[in-house]
Amino acid sequence: MIDYLTSRDFLLMLLKMFIVFGGLLGAFAYLSLVERRVMAFVQMRPGPNRVGPFGLLQPIADGLKFLFKEQVHPTDANKWLYLAAPLISIIPALLSFAVIPFGPALQVTDLNVALLVVFAVGSLSVYGIVLGGWASNSKYPLIASMRSSAQMISYELSLTLSVVGVLMLANTLSLVHIVQGQEGTWLGFIPRWNIFLQPVGFIVYMIAATAETNRLPFDLAESEQELVSGWHTEYSGMKFGMYMLAEYGNLTASVCIATILFFGGWNGPSFGPDWLRMILPTIWFVMKISVFIFIYVLARSTVPRIRYDQLMRFGWKYMLPVALANILITSLLVALS
Amino acid sequence: MIQALFVLFAALAVGAAINVVVQKHVLYSALSLIVLLVAMSGLFILLEADFLAVINIIVYAGAIMVLFVFVIMLLNLPEDEDGTDRLRWLKFVGIPMGLFLLFMVLATLWQTGADNAATTQMPGTPQAIGQALFTDYLLPFEVTSLLILIALMGAVVFAKREL
Repeated sequence: MIDYLTSRDFLLMLLKMFIVFGGLLGAFAYLSLVERRVMAFVQMRPGPNRVGPFGLLQPIADGLKFLFKEQVHPTDANKWLYLAAPLISIIPALLSFAVIPFGPALQVTDLNVALLVVFAVGSLSVYGIVLGGWASNSKYPLIASMRSSAQMISYELSLTLSVVGVLMLANTLSLVHIVQGQEGTWLGFIPRWNIFLQPVGFIVYMIAATAETNRLPFDLAESEQELVSGWHTEYSGMKFGMYMLAEYGNLTASVCIATILFFGGWNGPSFGPDWLRMILPTIWFVMKISVFIFIYVLARSTVPRIRYDQLMRFGWKYMLPVALANILITSLLVALS
Repeated sequence: MIQALFVLFAALAVGAAINVVVQKHVLYSALSLIVLLVAMSGLFILLEADFLAVINIIVYAGAIMVLFVFVIMLLNLPEDEDGTDRLRWLKFVGIPMGLFLLFMVLATLWQTGADNAATTQMPGTPQAIGQALFTDYLLPFEVTSLLILIALMGAVVFAKREL
């Protein structure tokens, strides 16, 4: 065991973990700033711009505030679950990044069922919301956690079914192999991305992923006008901070999967000296993710929230049949070719 | 390393399983069941059955247990009214049944030997499992899916009657 813990493989893995998770946690903190600034620009107001140049130190100020805020517990809350719920929320949110490849070399671990691991971990993330809402022992959080569990179950089906088409084309569940399968171009200029083969699957995936990550127009669990602020109404300080990190973690993970499955992952033009070729794939990957996140933020600041019954009806009566039809047609075409 | 992980996951699984039965509050029992399922997935991974481990979490921990927790919260039972009073006689049936199950498991283990139990007979990859399901075990597979379909339709019929 000591041999293993001092071996080169293990130390290399530790280094990768530090790069990936350290970078991600920093990125999540700044995502909150990006979100607030971009939404402010859309709504024609300045947004947080007081702390540091362009408000760039705002996330640090927020973090300090989270840390030093007084810890408040509701009197009738279920103490242990109340404290555990933010942790239960953030652990799955971070765990899925262990299998996501940020570049040919920058992946903590490669599994032959990596995609399913992401879905499995994502399906556990609902417990943080549900338990937090229940343990607070307060009516609005409880309603929020009810809504959330029903919504998550409904949209998880479409989410999982929407990627089956891609899997049939790629013939593998390993994220690295899916990305490698999208290398190269058609006719010399169209990249071989799955989006051109699976447009329906992509649309279903994006809608279901928005619902799974509780983003507008599907943030029924958090709808401020009805439920104060949803399942984390009773949370403050670092516990609320963990919920926020978990939300950004889930969002980033779903966007990473969208990029890997439909937009060729880290694939992109490669040029320049060797060191540039080493880091270019990661840069392409991060750029693709950033575009997606920007679109999510734009959607949040422009699209109105849909009603709860509309949400459920849409999930079961439209998304699920479309995802199933996509599988049928894709499998027919795969069998014919 | 694998030995240490096995002890960890096995202890977690046994502890959680006992907790499911012992806990007075239904929600705690359900949560312990989730821990048990996750620990079981850990054991599956140690047996190199990655696919099974992940599917176990997706289906049971991620979907079925969410429904359980949902229903428990919806009913919000108080701690002492868990309905076990009416089921007291089940204890007298349950203990012999449990002992019988334990006996069966031990007998099977003695017969096959613990060493060559499940490992390395078949790789736990999705390809291998798909191959087995759609060639050697096609009929059982199809019969099972038909059974599940019938159960689904039965559930819809029962639910519709009360609407």
